[in-house]
Amino acid sequence: MSVLVFVEAANGKIKKAGFEGVTYAKNTADQLSNSVTAIVFGNADAAEVSSLGEYGATKVLHAKGDVFNNLDAGAFTSAVAAAVEKENADVIIFPFDNSGKAIAPRLSAKLKAGLVSGALSYPTTSGGFKVKKNVFSGKAIAEVEITTAKKIIAFTPNSVGAHKASGSASVEDFAPSVNASKIKLLEVKKQEGDIPLPEAELVVSAGRGMKGPENWAPVEELAKVLGAATACSRPVADAHWRPHHEHVGQTGIAIRPNLYIAIGISGAIQHLAGVNQSKVIVVINNDAEAPFFKAADYGVLGDAFQIVPKLVEAVKKFKASQN
Amino acid sequence: MNILVCISQVPDTTSKIAFTDGNTKFDTNGVQYIVNPSDEWYALVRALELKEGGGGIVTIITVGNADVDPVIRKALAIGADDAVRINSDAKDSYYVAAQIAEYAKTKSFDLIITGNQTIDFNNAEVGGMIAELIGWDYITPCNKLEVNGNVCKIESEVAGSTRVLEAPTPLVISAAKGMAEARIPNMRGIMAARTKPITVVEPAAVSPQVKINVFELPPAKAGVKMIDPENMDELVKLLHTEAKVI
Repeated sequence: MSVLVFVEAANGKIKKAGFEGVTYAKNTADQLSNSVTAIVFGNADAAEVSSLGEYGATKVLHAKGDVFNNLDAGAFTSAVAAAVEKENADVIIFPFDNSGKAIAPRLSAKLKAGLVSGALSYPTTSGGFKVKKNVFSGKAIAEVEITTAKKIIAFTPNSVGAHKASGSASVEDFAPSVNASKIKLLEVKKQEGDIPLPEAELVVSAGRGMKGPENWAPVEELAKVLGAATACSRPVADAHWRPHHEHVGQTGIAIRPNLYIAIGISGAIQHLAGVNQSKVIVVINNDAEAPFFKAADYGVLGDAFQIVPKLVEAVKKFKASQN
Repeated sequence: MNILVCISQVPDTTSKIAFTDGNTKFDTNGVQYIVNPSDEWYALVRALELKEGGGGIVTIITVGNADVDPVIRKALAIGADDAVRINSDAKDSYYVAAQIAEYAKTKSFDLIITGNQTIDFNNAEVGGMIAELIGWDYITPCNKLEVNGNVCKIESEVAGSTRVLEAPTPLVISAAKGMAEARIPNMRGIMAARTKPITVVEPAAVSPQVKINVFELPPAKAGVKMIDPENMDELVKLLHTEAKVI
């Protein structure tokens, strides 16, 4: 028996969620006295791929084939299903990101394997296989029990973290037979900004309090000095002050960074639904009644146009002192 | 083009979330229900736009007991032609997907559209499961959808990039922000919805795969610590030494 974990690489590097996935799989496998096999999709060399061994994988299947270039969830599902059979896996781990959302439900239906999406912590496996997950947009947590023989967990990225274990992994190429895809990938348009928002550990976000798109420079400056991604509230995206992909909230994307700095955002319940899983929230607002302060760890009451440049200077000073 | 739009009834965003029976059941007392936002705003409205542009029929489907009929009427008022209700509790995502797949197999839909995620259980599972069960391709998330004959051109925004994809129908897609703008039903739509048919179908025998044992509320925040706006060095210091996030 083994625990299989889905891992992606891009531009020669294992994605961050991949190391966390192996950590998640290792904990689960230890509970079940099983070993961890990782199936890796995407371009990375053998040294990079074998580094998954340091996190607890004993075997890595590196999936190869042009069929995966079209990002067809059906092709990935067939390949993972073939790896499940080859490795006699009874638990399969995905990150709950775009790839996990595309593939894990298909695999669940294909293998008749119960799926828990958005796991917050490791499963417990004595007295039933149980996993905790967010429900009601973070306003509650549910303990979900998987009642099928095979089980799939899609964990929330940045929930358990990546932790090194001792060990090494054997790497082998894996070329499962997969039907040709009917989906064609025509183009990939790179979004602006260096750090993709869903993966960002630090996020600087701003709202209507900035008064207009021409005032975003201090926000971007703060993000730059922190090494953070930028985000925004819904009204700002709807008014086209900022691109839609920056919109966090109930109808935008939900994120879980270590630090979320909200500037000039009042904190409507729909916005909080997308960010309330952040580990630490800093709110900068000139309205003492802004509901966001109730959800914040640190608050600064005052004019963002005065405060943010001061914060930028303070961060610069701090960064200089760290070098 | 015949489009099946999957909708789900969810508690209104502002509902108080509480539980009964030893935290095993959601407390429905005083809860207002709505159509799940991405099902309504993006999936349904884009389906209606496609119908208005090129003809066809938009059918909505949901799995639920008679108490979800008001939410079905709302979707009909926005403009869906007809509705199907699978007469059962929504036991889990697999159960729901299997019921919808069973129904879809008996008809000839070109597109099945779900919202990308419900705001109650936050699973994002049903669309992919339907696709697998009926053997169609599946694309998620869809932020833009154009249809030309039987070819769908889709923009999918994922971490750091937008993918432009082309896929033939039949297809299952999950609709996300950008696909369409929310519509408010007008009086004519509301009147018309009263007489539109809701077909009630008895459920197929399907075993659920997961069950919720118990709910809990997240730990309360300790309370906000206010920082002097003149002293941003203090904030940075706290983020480093106390919160340990930078």
